[in-house]
Amino acid sequence: MINSLLDNLDHRLKSIDEYEREPVPKEKQKGWRGFLGMYAGEHTAGTEFVIGALFVAHGVSAVDLVLGLIIGNLLAVFSWAFLCAPVAVKSRLTLYWQLRKICGQNLALIYNIVNAVMFCFLAGAMITVAATAVGLPFNIPMPGLDDWLPTSVGWIITVFLVGSVITVVAIAGYEYVARFANISFPWMFLVFIAAAIAVLPSLGVTSVSEFWPAAKERIWTGEPVAGLTQFTFWHVMFFAWFANMAMHIGMSDMSILRYAEDWKMGFSSAAGMFFGHFLAWMASGILMAAAAGVVAPGYIAYNSAGIAGALCVVIAGWTTANPTIYRAGLAFQAVTPNWKRWKVTLFTGLLTTIIACFPALVMNLLDFVALYGLVLMPMGAVVFLDVMFFKKLNLKSNFAEETGSKFNWAAGLTWFLTLTLCLAINIYGGVEIFFLGLPGWFIAVILYIGFSTFIQRKIKKDNTE
Amino acid sequence: MKILLKLLSFTGLALTVVPSFFVFSDTISFEMHTNLMFFGMLLWFFTAPFWMKEKEL
Repeated sequence: MINSLLDNLDHRLKSIDEYEREPVPKEKQKGWRGFLGMYAGEHTAGTEFVIGALFVAHGVSAVDLVLGLIIGNLLAVFSWAFLCAPVAVKSRLTLYWQLRKICGQNLALIYNIVNAVMFCFLAGAMITVAATAVGLPFNIPMPGLDDWLPTSVGWIITVFLVGSVITVVAIAGYEYVARFANISFPWMFLVFIAAAIAVLPSLGVTSVSEFWPAAKERIWTGEPVAGLTQFTFWHVMFFAWFANMAMHIGMSDMSILRYAEDWKMGFSSAAGMFFGHFLAWMASGILMAAAAGVVAPGYIAYNSAGIAGALCVVIAGWTTANPTIYRAGLAFQAVTPNWKRWKVTLFTGLLTTIIACFPALVMNLLDFVALYGLVLMPMGAVVFLDVMFFKKLNLKSNFAEETGSKFNWAAGLTWFLTLTLCLAINIYGGVEIFFLGLPGWFIAVILYIGFSTFIQRKIKKDNTE
Repeated sequence: MKILLKLLSFTGLALTVVPSFFVFSDTISFEMHTNLMFFGMLLWFFTAPFWMKEKEL
């Protein structure tokens, strides 16, 4: 009986991956409405509670924050609209299947493992966020900015409790949570806004005209917490731009935008950027200032919105960790094709939960988010060039598929050398991780064109001889 | 029926966000705001699933 139940779950999990291996047909394509709702919901997540607060901890000034978020988010929207959406609409495949055509089975597999590990860390951060709210009624000591290791046995038990529930739900009720996330978004977003407005009087703001002076003197003061680096306009702008680098420049969102009727629907990402990554980040900064510098999201939400606030943190963490664990499981399954989907998801959930016990991840979330985007970005550049420009450059697209290669060395070397050069710029040039994505993308473009030209000419020459 | 459900849902959202403006203008207490947010949450989650569309993507 248990076997039949697990087989049934497996069948349902597999049915979610519609058109995974073939282009999305015209009748299944979607319009603006679906994309606007999806982006707005996806970018109002549990981690938003942490990111806005960490900006405050890093001593961003109010002017730098507002300008940096406006420009950075605009650049992110342009990256979706002008880089990711045109590729997605042209190929209509998921990133993974497009990568298999370009890079070959083995390189796509390595990419999948790296991607899955990154997803586990991301989902781990979301579980940590949810655990800070679940632990509140039990007086579990919450981790602070300096905490890297689990702070108590109670904390570990709380994280395992949250992680287990999320994992079981990811296996048994993925579709229900996806629907629940859709329903939760309008409410979650309003909780962010309401919580921030309600705590303003405690920061000395009792009229609209008092907001800006208080924002500069009491919230985004420009003074970092001891031991943290000072953030400037450039940090905020590049962070806002590259926070979802894996999705736009890295092309992960091909999986979503391949359903778009038109590439212009890439602009619908503005809903996510300006609700989630502008208003919600600003709101969480206000909440942290009102909570006297505490960063634990559960506490700051409870402090400003009571039980509804704490539950909002749990729901925000849960609804975003759930698909992330599912996607990570999907990526790991490419490595273990003989394992049932539920087994892989269970393994992924366990790994994610162990990661979530360590508050170091959430307390350094800004660095991790930047690293996540950077690591996957070079392959995004590879896909962009291959789909959009290779024919114009008289180079062969989908090299691996055309030649039967299992490992496209031009793409592999581009990925490896781009990251090596970025690391060198970081270590020897002292350039912080937040800024490496931009030079890294141009490095990847030059390397991929160079290596592809060299390898393809060599093959042509060998064939003619 | 659907109209009534929608009305209740939007009342739930209103109870979530509007009281915060009253706290800001010192018209209601902070405790009242958190209580109203809680009721707003219940109202939203008990009514919205019955009329909101399936996730499109």
